[in-house]
Amino acid sequence: MSGTYLGMPAFPAAARDAVRDATLRANLRHATHTIRDKRAKAVAELDDWARLREAGRQIKDHTLRHLGDHLLRLEETVTAAGGTVHWATDADEANRIVTGLVRATGEREVVKVKSMATQEIGLNEALEAAGIRAYETDLAELIVQLGQDRPSHILVPAIHRNRGEIRDIFAREMERWGRPAPDGLTDSPAELAEAARLHLREKFLRAKVGVSGANFMVAETGTMVVVESEGNGRMCLTLPETLISVVGIEKVVPTWRDLEVFLQTLPRSSTAERMNPYTSMWTGTTDGDGPAAFHLVLLDNGRTDTLADEVGRQALRCIRCSACLNVCPVYERAGGHAYGSVYPGPIGAILSPQLRGTASEIDASLPYASSLCGACYEVCPVAIDIPEVLVHLRERVVQGGEFTRHGAKTTLRPARGHAAERAAMRAAGLVFARPGLLRAGQRLAARTRRIHPRTLPGPGRAWSATRDLPTVPEESFRDWWRRTRGRGAEATGAAGARTEDGEAGA
Amino acid sequence: MRVALFLTCVNDTLYPDTGRAVVKLLTRLGVDVDFPAAQTCCGQAHYNTGYRHQAEPLARHFSDVFGEYDAIVTPSGSCGSMVRELYPRMGERARAEGRGDGLARALAPVVPKTYELTEFLVDVLGVTDVGAYYPHTVTYHPTCHGLRSLGLGDRPARLLAAVGGLDLVELPGARECCGFGGTFAVKNSDVSAAMGTDKVRAAESTGAEVLCAADNSCLMHIGGTMARLRTAMRPVHLAEILASTEKEPWS
Ligand code: SF4
Repeated sequence: MSGTYLGMPAFPAAARDAVRDATLRANLRHATHTIRDKRAKAVAELDDWARLREAGRQIKDHTLRHLGDHLLRLEETVTAAGGTVHWATDADEANRIVTGLVRATGEREVVKVKSMATQEIGLNEALEAAGIRAYETDLAELIVQLGQDRPSHILVPAIHRNRGEIRDIFAREMERWGRPAPDGLTDSPAELAEAARLHLREKFLRAKVGVSGANFMVAETGTMVVVESEGNGRMCLTLPETLISVVGIEKVVPTWRDLEVFLQTLPRSSTAERMNPYTSMWTGTTDGDGPAAFHLVLLDNGRTDTLADEVGRQALRCIRCSACLNVCPVYERAGGHAYGSVYPGPIGAILSPQLRGTASEIDASLPYASSLCGACYEVCPVAIDIPEVLVHLRERVVQGGEFTRHGAKTTLRPARGHAAERAAMRAAGLVFARPGLLRAGQRLAARTRRIHPRTLPGPGRAWSATRDLPTVPEESFRDWWRRTRGRGAEATGAAGARTEDGEAGA
Repeated sequence: MRVALFLTCVNDTLYPDTGRAVVKLLTRLGVDVDFPAAQTCCGQAHYNTGYRHQAEPLARHFSDVFGEYDAIVTPSGSCGSMVRELYPRMGERARAEGRGDGLARALAPVVPKTYELTEFLVDVLGVTDVGAYYPHTVTYHPTCHGLRSLGLGDRPARLLAAVGGLDLVELPGARECCGFGGTFAVKNSDVSAAMGTDKVRAAESTGAEVLCAADNSCLMHIGGTMARLRTAMRPVHLAEILASTEKEPWS
């Protein structure tokens, strides 16, 4: 993924700073709570939600099982409709292809439709290095770009900013990129939107090349689909002479009928709308209408490796609705930047370590960036069991083992820094395998209860820094049971329970 | 019916009162409950931290200890969900790894017989009024595994509503995780603490004297946070409220 994230600290350290940033926490709390309540209402309106969710899951799973066939079909139909298909195995290759295509037009600037795939490969930076300027046209992406910031949410990249901050960014930065912000700009949403509209209009009318992603690719007709709220994407898709779409290979669906399901579940899950305001569809090229040249760059970048993993492959069902971010209590406190990847939140915590591998510190820490509360799984419109994949990836981190990387089976060594934990788990396993040992340990703890420290050493210190420890009781339950029921009671089982000794109330 | 109490290692070691409360409650309801002394731990901490293979012998041990009973009752939603949701998954994974059906077959008998306490009371015994009396204002926190994994639904609320003298007040943001999450509380301690603090503040805003939940691990985290924040509220396990009667009040 984008080089922007290299050298990112591991999640706990990045999250620590975010937790202490009161403005950030307030912005995030407000935004996520508003959208999650709205989503719940929008979903509750449909009495067949559970069936839609199941249908979405099945369509995606079925398509993924035969992904090669559907992609070949797509290549045929796109080509037949006048488009050109390019295959990119990784980010570098995709960037090379796009840069070459833009260069061939002789243009030095492109307008962009908000797209996760191009962020994933760091396209803007690659274009910049080649002397080509990429202008983001999605309002939130514009805020992020002007602020020289990084997106922190899949759908609302500037969710971490409030209105006052946005006003300051517009007033300060717009001039450097094109039309300046009007004098006396206030932080009223209408004024901010108007300033952005005027600024962007110039770009739309001038640009000869547009770059986009796609939410779906329909194999039977070679049609690309983008759903959006603002209509800025549609401008980029229709006005330029050349259109280049960079799309992850998992976005293909076999037929138009399949869209029926996702065009219901996606808007309700993401913006809590019954239907998104703009749905744009384009199929190859048409004489005298829209771009004269269309290029589709099919991006792998770790996706076939992910597909090879039986448990983890479900992450490829994701339709990027961001519902899981909005309900996640960890995302709400840590913010999107702490995840160190373009995909933040619960889906980022399972997708990034799969696409990039778990070798870096940040990727090895992401599977632990969750309390496994399950709220993400509950809202996911394609039923990705995110907690299941998190635990699966934890296993990969601590135990290593076989997995697929760059198309080949690789044996991964356990990540460093887990030796103490591994030893503790092994010791606990030994104790739990022998009830007698457990009892001895409990007795030792009870006997020494008066001298137990208030704070814990080692990794446990993190616990006692913010919470008091429970005090160890004088007697474990098993000792109480044995004392009050006696050995005989244990042997005969239920018999002992008939004598209630009154101690329970004490 | 032979009923076994699966108390869980955390309750056994740190919260024996909860076990005593379950015994008292079930006995009052006419259930002969046994505590198989060979029980230890369901393996949840191992499993969730990424040590699935080390959890397997613990799961087998669980099956050996509890297999012969007709029902296994536990006052812990998360350990209940370990057995019911994750044991079958462990069996499947072993099979997928070419290790045969052995684990799946060994674990299968205990899965459908394991009940979280409120399920056992409402579904198996068919009672919601357990004859309890607890004259306090109580707010209820539905823990994540009980809520989402086991789907306990309104069972705990119905049981609480039937308790004499009890004033049940709604907890704002009740469905939000308290931030415990096992090793999460240590590995991501700052986020965990922030979540815990928000949970405690929400509970405080209800004016309740007691925060009730059906899982002592979450209560340990919430209670530890309450103590640090010097909150007047007390964390109490649901079983202890249900065990309390007018004649024998629970603390
Ligand atoms: S994982 Fe599910 S909920 Fe999260 S963004 Fe993807 S589709 Fe939406």
